Amino acid sequence: MSSRLENELGALRGLYPDRRSLVLDALRIAQEEHEGWLPPEALREVADALDVTPAYCLSIASFYDMLHLAPVGRHMIEVCTNLSCALVGAQAVVDAFARELGVAPGETTEDGAFTLRAIECAGGCGRAPVVVVDHRYHEPVQPADVPAIVEEIRGRS
Amino acid sequence: MAAPELLMAGTKEHDLTRLDGYRAVGGYAALATARAREPQAIVDAITTANLRGRGGAGFPTGRKASLLAKDTGKPVYLVVNADESEPGAFKDRDVMRFTPHRLIEGCLITAHGIGSQSVFIYIRGEYLDEFEVMRAALDEARAADLLDGVTIVLHRGAGAYICGEETALLESLEGRRGQPRPRPPFPPVQGLYDAPTQINNVSTIALVPKIIELGPEEFAKIGPPSAPGTAVFSLSGNVANPGNYERPLGTTLRELIYDVAGGVAGGRELKAVIPGGSSVPVLTPDQIDTPMDYDSIGAAGSFFGSAAIIIVDDRCCMVQLALRAAQFYMHESCGKCTPCRVGTRWLVQLLTKIENGHAEHTDLALLDDVCGRMLGKSLCALGDFAVYPVSSYMRSYRDEFEAHVTLGGCPFAGSSSIEGIVAPVDQHTHHATHVAGAAVPA
Repeated sequence: MSSRLENELGALRGLYPDRRSLVLDALRIAQEEHEGWLPPEALREVADALDVTPAYCLSIASFYDMLHLAPVGRHMIEVCTNLSCALVGAQAVVDAFARELGVAPGETTEDGAFTLRAIECAGGCGRAPVVVVDHRYHEPVQPADVPAIVEEIRGRS
Repeated sequence: MAAPELLMAGTKEHDLTRLDGYRAVGGYAALATARAREPQAIVDAITTANLRGRGGAGFPTGRKASLLAKDTGKPVYLVVNADESEPGAFKDRDVMRFTPHRLIEGCLITAHGIGSQSVFIYIRGEYLDEFEVMRAALDEARAADLLDGVTIVLHRGAGAYICGEETALLESLEGRRGQPRPRPPFPPVQGLYDAPTQINNVSTIALVPKIIELGPEEFAKIGPPSAPGTAVFSLSGNVANPGNYERPLGTTLRELIYDVAGGVAGGRELKAVIPGGSSVPVLTPDQIDTPMDYDSIGAAGSFFGSAAIIIVDDRCCMVQLALRAAQFYMHESCGKCTPCRVGTRWLVQLLTKIENGHAEHTDLALLDDVCGRMLGKSLCALGDFAVYPVSSYMRSYRDEFEAHVTLGGCPFAGSSSIEGIVAPVDQHTHHATHVAGAAVPA
């Protein structure tokens, strides 16, 4: 088990009467420790930490949209395409990212740097279209903003 | 008329994310007042104020508190639903990030009222900034000895619309897949960890300090008697000035759209209004004089929902909009109940066929039939939410659906405002796909 998983879960254990309540936090931490997704060894680490089975962890991970069971890029670019964003041009924003990155929604760039996804409502409908980059909201985003957003992410270490 | 602010009061003038800022507007004075009273007096005040839940159902909050099982020998839990995920809704997000202490104070007052020592706030996983603001505020409140033995836990979700449904939320909080429970037993009797549990929306709980501060009689004078107080109305879509606006319940849709939010963007023609988030039946332009309160919107054939008003202009193809809504519910159906799991797929398939011009008139009848077979047939409301957009768009914009069949294609001919919109269900898999050359997971 990673020491981070052990340390962070240790701080949370006393908050719940049932250790299974920690499963989402544990999977989130394990995912961060495994390059953004949950390979089988990550599920085993969480299972060991919570004294549950890896199959139980898989059943949880497969249910929630923010937990990934296949490799993802080092950076995640998510474009909300639900109704409010769709009505004000989300598809043009998706298309602009797809052009800039050379991938379709649901795909990862060949260099492993970016995964592009369409997502359901992120709760930024009043500043639509909403783009979420590595869990931080950018709102609103227009197609013309896209090259600069990608450039800024590429400039990060 | 100056709009009274209750939830967002002081947020423009002060930094209410800080304890000193919140204290500067009288913050936590209501908590001291409440703790000097008997718990039942707090529940009575909420009942007298006639506060109704701001999460969607509009259930009277005081009555909900009175349903809690007494003397069970188990703890009583207060759970705050901050899993705001309804398409069009973004009110609770602003409450948390601009006035987190108001929510914490509401939790502490309510906990006193129902005799709870343990509060869980379930925040949707995507709201990371809001979680961090809440965590900092909670740390401040704890350091200032305001919790008085009450534990408040901020619990992050991980991306699932269904976890906004209260029993799915409890399942998720207990570490399971977010699948709704059969009722009875209801959560006030057997909720979190099988103990009596009160579940309220963020905005409901954040109104409680104002009920104590103003007094329930004064609170009840704001808005209509059947549903007093304010709501943060979220306006989005084709509107000139989208955003959150706090107004009394009973404000008409016309006032909200035209006077408050500047009307339809670009001066275009209003085509449709979805008054309570994507899961409620659509209203047509001739219905916008309806007041936004539970009873009035109900009488107009829709729901107040989460006060999330989506404005649609004349450029939008309603078949495409229905399809995009249906794709959302298919993606979010938890899979537990067959009518919802299978029915949402039928809706998407039939609407795709209609939009692509491959449908016969009998397919419209089949779509009506599928809606009828889904409505009221599942454990939770998601199965109904999937139906309402489809059945109501079909009813109010029938000519557009017919035209797709008659023309053998979309009458908007590529010019609809949401043409080609991609949905998560269109992606290759539920997850991001593999990197070329990378190892396939075992």
